[in-house]
Amino acid sequence: MISLQTKELGKWFGTRKIFDRLDLYLEEKGSLVVTGKNGSGKTTLLKILCGLLRPTKGEVLINFGERNLTRQESRNLLGLVMPDLELYGELTALENLLFLSRIRGLNLSRGELEMKIDQVGLAGREDDPVFSFSSGMKQRLKYALALLFDPRVLLLDEPTANLDEDGILLVDRIVSQQKERGILILATNEKADLKYGDRVIQLGN
Amino acid sequence: MAIESSSWAIRSAWLLAKDLKSEFRTRYALNAILMFALTTLAVVSFSLGASSLSPKMAASLFWLVIFFSSMSGLAQVFVKEEESRTVNLLRLVATPGIVLCGKFLYNLALLLILEIVVVPVFAVLVNVPILNLWLFLSVLLVGSLGLASATTIIAAIISRARVKGALFAVLSFPILLPLLIAAIDGTYLSLQGEGFSACWSDLRLLISYAVVMFTASLLLFDFVWSE
Repeated sequence: MISLQTKELGKWFGTRKIFDRLDLYLEEKGSLVVTGKNGSGKTTLLKILCGLLRPTKGEVLINFGERNLTRQESRNLLGLVMPDLELYGELTALENLLFLSRIRGLNLSRGELEMKIDQVGLAGREDDPVFSFSSGMKQRLKYALALLFDPRVLLLDEPTANLDEDGILLVDRIVSQQKERGILILATNEKADLKYGDRVIQLGN
Repeated sequence: MAIESSSWAIRSAWLLAKDLKSEFRTRYALNAILMFALTTLAVVSFSLGASSLSPKMAASLFWLVIFFSSMSGLAQVFVKEEESRTVNLLRLVATPGIVLCGKFLYNLALLLILEIVVVPVFAVLVNVPILNLWLFLSVLLVGSLGLASATTIIAAIISRARVKGALFAVLSFPILLPLLIAAIDGTYLSLQGEGFSACWSDLRLLISYAVVMFTASLLLFDFVWSE
């Protein structure tokens, strides 16, 4: 059983307070939607949860059973899709997934990686450089990358950004699967995305 | 899915392979360092004309060319990740130790490519015979290890600065000064035809510098790399 907890979490950039005293608790099969105006700290919160940013105060605890995981152990259980996360444009889709899986210590075959690319609707484009992809295709590839590691905690920032109707259906499917196997946290301003969460919190109040 | 264990060396090699592949497709750093080195050597050759440099001057000039050429390219190793906004992706998937080792290997590879081009051009254009080639190559190799170690950690530091500009050369110079002095002296001795025994103190200093700089980088890198 995996759980994610924040205790008295606070973040300042210089003297500007983004949020303070944020207490969250999510268990397996739990989902949370974070909303708020632009600049309210949604992306910042997601970055803190996945360890890309340090909080100014408070802490993030990810527990697996009774054991509190280290920062590195936690990262191995996380999947992240966000606009700030760029893939290597000069590499092909397949090369991106191959490199990122190998550097994380995962030995997936070319066939397995192609299947992951297939699953996000990019079949036949695996050998094209990522710089030639549209923003929607890049978003799909980010999902392939996030799902590569079968994440127990999936963090999505603006999950349907740049996606067409098929892409939004893909997100629906990914979200449903994630809610069965782990924790889902997503940050959005789209009203249609509110349905993805069991709970909704609003930042910036 | 369980994360399978593969050694840090294999993972670092994957980062090196990715960086080399990116470099050969974009020529982000390689063109800059090669053009700088060749232009400098050509200018020196034209200005020398028929006259030749003393071994001391030639050794100094050789390391100046290596130093300033590497400044123009090796600093990009982390700046490129920042500018293309792939740095967060790398932070997510790789541990700091693997990133440092991979980037160090990449900078070392760039330096070796630079030296493969510069050494023969230098020997021809500056017209200084290398009387002890093995000693010359040994000093070059050990000096390159130290240079790659130092420039990798400095590149990581300056990639976080808002104003990068000439910061790399300014920050590198005092840190690299002991290495440059020993490398110039060792190269001078090799041009003079001296043996390894005469150069042992320089080689020892260069080896110690590389080991200390790499170890210090490993200890410090987590603080530089993590936000």
